[in-house]
This record gives sequence, C-alpha cells and structure tokens, in this order.
Amino acid sequence: MKVLNYIRKRFFSSPIDAFLTLSIGYLIYLTIPPLINWTLIDATFSGNTKKDCVAGGACWVFVKMWFNRFLYGLYPNEEIWRINFAFSILIISIIVYRFLNPKFKKYLFIFLVLPFPILSLILFSGGLLGLPTVDTSEWGGLFLTLVISIFAIIFCFPIGVLLAMGRKSNLPVIKYFSIGFIEFWRGVPLITVLFMAGVMFPLLLPSGTNLDKLVRVIIAITLFEAAYMAEVIRGGLQAVGRGQYDASKAIGMGYWKSHIFIILPQALKLVIPGIANTFIALFKDTPLVFVVGLLEILGMVNLAKTNPYWLGMATEGYVFVAFVYWIFCFAMSRYSLSIEEKLKTTN
Amino acid sequence: MGNIIQLNNVNKWYGDFHVLKDINFEVNEKEKVVICGPSGSGKSTLIRCINRLEEHQKGEIVVDGMALDENTKNISAIRSEVGMVFQQFNLFPHLSILENCSLAQIWVKKKTKKDSESLAMDYLRKVQIEDQALKFPGQLSGGQQQRAAIARALCMEPKIMLFDEPTSALDPEMIKEVLDVMVDLAKGGMTMCVVTHEMGFAKEVADRVVFMDEGYIVEAKKTNDFFQNPENDRTKLFLSQIL
Ligand SMILES: Nc1ncnc2c1ncn2[C@@H]1O[C@H](COP(=O)(O)OP(=O)(O)OP(=O)(O)O)[C@@H](O)[C@H]1O
Ligand SMILES: [Mg+2]
Repeated sequence: MKVLNYIRKRFFSSPIDAFLTLSIGYLIYLTIPPLINWTLIDATFSGNTKKDCVAGGACWVFVKMWFNRFLYGLYPNEEIWRINFAFSILIISIIVYRFLNPKFKKYLFIFLVLPFPILSLILFSGGLLGLPTVDTSEWGGLFLTLVISIFAIIFCFPIGVLLAMGRKSNLPVIKYFSIGFIEFWRGVPLITVLFMAGVMFPLLLPSGTNLDKLVRVIIAITLFEAAYMAEVIRGGLQAVGRGQYDASKAIGMGYWKSHIFIILPQALKLVIPGIANTFIALFKDTPLVFVVGLLEILGMVNLAKTNPYWLGMATEGYVFVAFVYWIFCFAMSRYSLSIEEKLKTTN
Repeated sequence: MGNIIQLNNVNKWYGDFHVLKDINFEVNEKEKVVICGPSGSGKSTLIRCINRLEEHQKGEIVVDGMALDENTKNISAIRSEVGMVFQQFNLFPHLSILENCSLAQIWVKKKTKKDSESLAMDYLRKVQIEDQALKFPGQLSGGQQQRAAIARALCMEPKIMLFDEPTSALDPEMIKEVLDVMVDLAKGGMTMCVVTHEMGFAKEVADRVVFMDEGYIVEAKKTNDFFQNPENDRTKLFLSQIL
C-alpha cells in the first residue's frame, strides 16, 4: 500500500505527470531491452575471427582480438611491460595516497606531479640502460590518450593560474599579454591548432632542429586548454572579496604570498566544477590528434575497422571507446565532487 | 616622543573625485587618536593611506621614519609594523583561527611554526577566544571574529594599530566585548588610530579626537576640549546627532 501511494504521489500526481511517466516508460521499453540483447544476450565473446560472430548481436571478439592495440597502439608487444609498470605505480600511488598521513601526502603528490611523469616518459621512450628506443610514432591507443591528457592537465593548470592572475595584474604589459594570449587561443579551433603544431610548425623551425611531434601536440593542447582554464580561474579570483586582498596585504604579505596562501585557495575552491569541466573537455578533445597522424584509442578503432578481416565492426569499436571514455570522465567528475565535499566540511 | 605617523598636505583623488583634501595629521608614539565624521567623509581612505592600502597623489606620509611613495621598496615591511582591523573582520575563511594568526608570522617574519602558534595562542588568550583556536571563522560569532582579527593583527607585533569602524558590523550585545579588548590594548601603551562612532570609547581612551567632513580635517583637539568646546558648526552638528 505504501509503495502504491508513493508511486501515485511521485509519478502520477497530475495528468501531465502521468503523461510524462507513461511516455518515458514507453521510451525505456523501446530502447533498453534491444540494447541489452545486442550488447550482452545475443553478443559473441568467444572465438578469434569475425566468422565466430553468428549470434546477430555485438561481436566483442573484435574488441578482444584488438584489445592490446586499442590500449597500447603500435607499441611493440615485448615492451608493453614498461607501460604497465608505470601505470601500475601510478595506480598504487593513488591508492596509497588515500591512506597516507598529510605530511607524506605532500611529498607523494609532488613526486606524482613532477618527477614521476618525466621518469615515465624516459621509460616509455627508452634508449637508456639497454632499453630499446620506442619512437613516439608507435605510441597509441588509450596509452597515448592518457599520456597526452595527463601532461596537458599537469601543465595547463599552472599556466592557467598565471594567465588568470596576469589578466588581473596592474602592470599593463603583463595584463595585455595575458588578454592577448587568452583571446588568441580561445578564438581558434583546436583542430587548426593541432594541424599548425603538427604540420606547419616544423616548417617554421630552423632546419636541423627537431621537436618531437608528440611534444608539439602536447604543447599545443596545453596552451589551448590553459586559455580556458585561465578564464575559469579568473571567475574564481573575481569572486574573492576585496577585503581578503586588503587583509593579506595589511599583515605584510606581498603579491605572491597573498595569492598563494589566501586568494588562490579560496578562488580555486569556488571553481572546482569549472576546472573539472575543463579537464574533462581536454580529455575528450584528445582524439583530434588524428589530424597529425597520432592514433589514440579512437584513432586505433578507426584503423582496426578498416582492416579487411574486420570490416563492419565499427559499432562495436565505437561503443567500446565510448564506454572507456565514459569511465574516465565519470571518474574525473566524481573525484571533483569528492574534493568539493571534502573542502566543504572543513569550512 | 616623536611622531610615529606624519601626514603633510596629503591629497587623494578617486578619478575626478577629491577624497582627501590637504590633510595634515600626526600621531605621536603611544598616542590614541579617534577619527570620526559623517559617512563618506574620507575616514577609511585616510587610515588606509597610512599602510598604503590606498595610494595618495600629493603630499607626504611618513610612518615610523619611512616615507610612503611610489619608490617605497619595503612596503611589506612597513605594513607588518602597522596592524589593521577592518569593519568586516576579513578573516581568512579557509583557515582556522590559529592559522589566521600564525600564517603571516611564518611566511613574512620567517618564524618557526611552533613559535608562531605559541605567540598566536598568547594573543588569542588575551582576547579571550583561545578555546576557539581550531575553529574556522564561519563558526564564530561576529564579536569573536573581530577579536580574532585583532589577535591576528597583534601577532605581527605591530607598533601601530589602525581600526576602521571595528564595531559597526556587530550586534549591539557584541560591541562591548570588542571595545573591552581595545581599551585593554590602549592601556597597554599601543599607538592607536581608531575610526569609530563609539563616543564612549573615545572619551575613555582617546588622547585626541579628529573630526572629518567632505575630505577635510575640520577639527582636531584634545578629547575633553573636543567634546566640551567644539568650535566648528559642522562638528557641533555632528556631535549633537551622535551623542
Ligand atoms: N575605490 C573607490 N573608488 C571611488 N570612490 C571611492 C572609492 N572608495 C571610496 N570612495 C568614495 O570616497 C569617499 C570617501 O570614502 P570613505 O570610505 O573614505 O568614507 P568613510 O568616511 O570611511 O565613510 P563610512 O563612514 O561610510 O565608512 C566616499 O564618497 C566614497 O564613495
Ligand atoms: Mg569607512
């Protein structure tokens, strides 16, 4: 009885409510069962060629056979342990991080943000300590997605902070440089920026100098996203009252100390959702690196689906990529929420 | 006893608006000066010029022997000699009361965390909120917040304390607890410059009272004189309204 009452109150309290409830129910009935049939019930999981897929549903054999390529790109199979090793350390560190006491947390955080990515890059490229060199043109798949987004995220954040502060600076040179920089990068589409970085930029360099394509692409994405980050953070800076600036100046803190200890902690806290948004957008922009011939996970799927033995597997590939992207984006979104919650309770 | 604060012919504009007009003003060491006047007369602007939260365009300001102008390099050093208490408290909301009081000691005065916190606790005890040390500003009453703000300023061990209407944002029942702290501070020999409309406080602790109107210092006198023989009509009018 209670349940019936509850249902009536929540879903059928007025004719419009009842109509909405019924039509949404009908939509769910139309879409969900076929989707489940396709992805699970009629799907094929075992086998190792396209011919094994006869059930009519999704052919996950495709994803299974190409799994390593989707994850690692064209990275040589016998060197894949390097990637697994670095990412295992990353995952273990993140788990350990939660249980550390605050004192060590700080050091682990600094290690993860600076030395660790550099060391990983050296490990991935090889050429040292008897590790064979793996050219960045062989990097690909989810591995490449993560390398690009992690580096771009790490660098675009501090640059964004500096640009946001620069835009509010009293020094005209710094102010107009920041405004010009932000408006330039916000005004051009990422795909052209990547094209310029990948194809045009080398032509402008003096011959003989050579900056790796992947590095150029990471720099381009970093600067592009830094401009967006700057505007998000500027919103936070503007929301911190003038009294906070006055008070920190009045106790003798200069520009940098005021910002580091007083203004930025408050400003950043206010714009955590916007920062998370920018990171997620950055992550989802990475497939565009295909314009310079880099194949991250979506690029690898596009490559695989044109393989003569696997024609017609595009849907499975795209669903898989969508799922992987969703997991990462959802995780970022949850993580930002949890930070928000944590900062709320201490204040 | 020399002048620890000296303003000669100070003028300040906000754009075209002339806020401070030919201000001549001095404060001796250990002197307590109360500044009063109608809203918009430039009181806040005047004391904010003393620690250069505002810049003046003409005239000279000398604080503890150091002239404040565009060339002043060690502005932070001067500011840490001059404590300031604001109408809106302006505590740092993301830091505990103890951190509010120790942060600048650590990063400006380069003291150890331990020393800074023990001094902070001394001052929090002095303003009687040592039991609130670990709370955040948002968890304190207005009166407690203002006392914390006073403690924060005192932690820098300033030679001069500036107060800008420290009790105007408080509920009546909390005004006294803040004024008591200020009276104590005055009796301890601090040099103080207080913008306030609390004439009871002025009569009790001020050596001199300065009356401002429309950017001018209209009248500046010994406290008794000020209340008993105001000369200017505007002063008389103001006093008749406020007493
Ligand atoms: N940043 C500013 N820009 C422009 N005008 C300002 C600025 N700050 C203050 N003023 C103006 O300068 C005048 C003096 O302001 P000030 O705050 O010094 O007055 P006050 O005597 O402290 O008044 P109150 O009792 O209301 O605090 C006012 O008319 C005010 O509108
Ligand atoms: Mg004022």
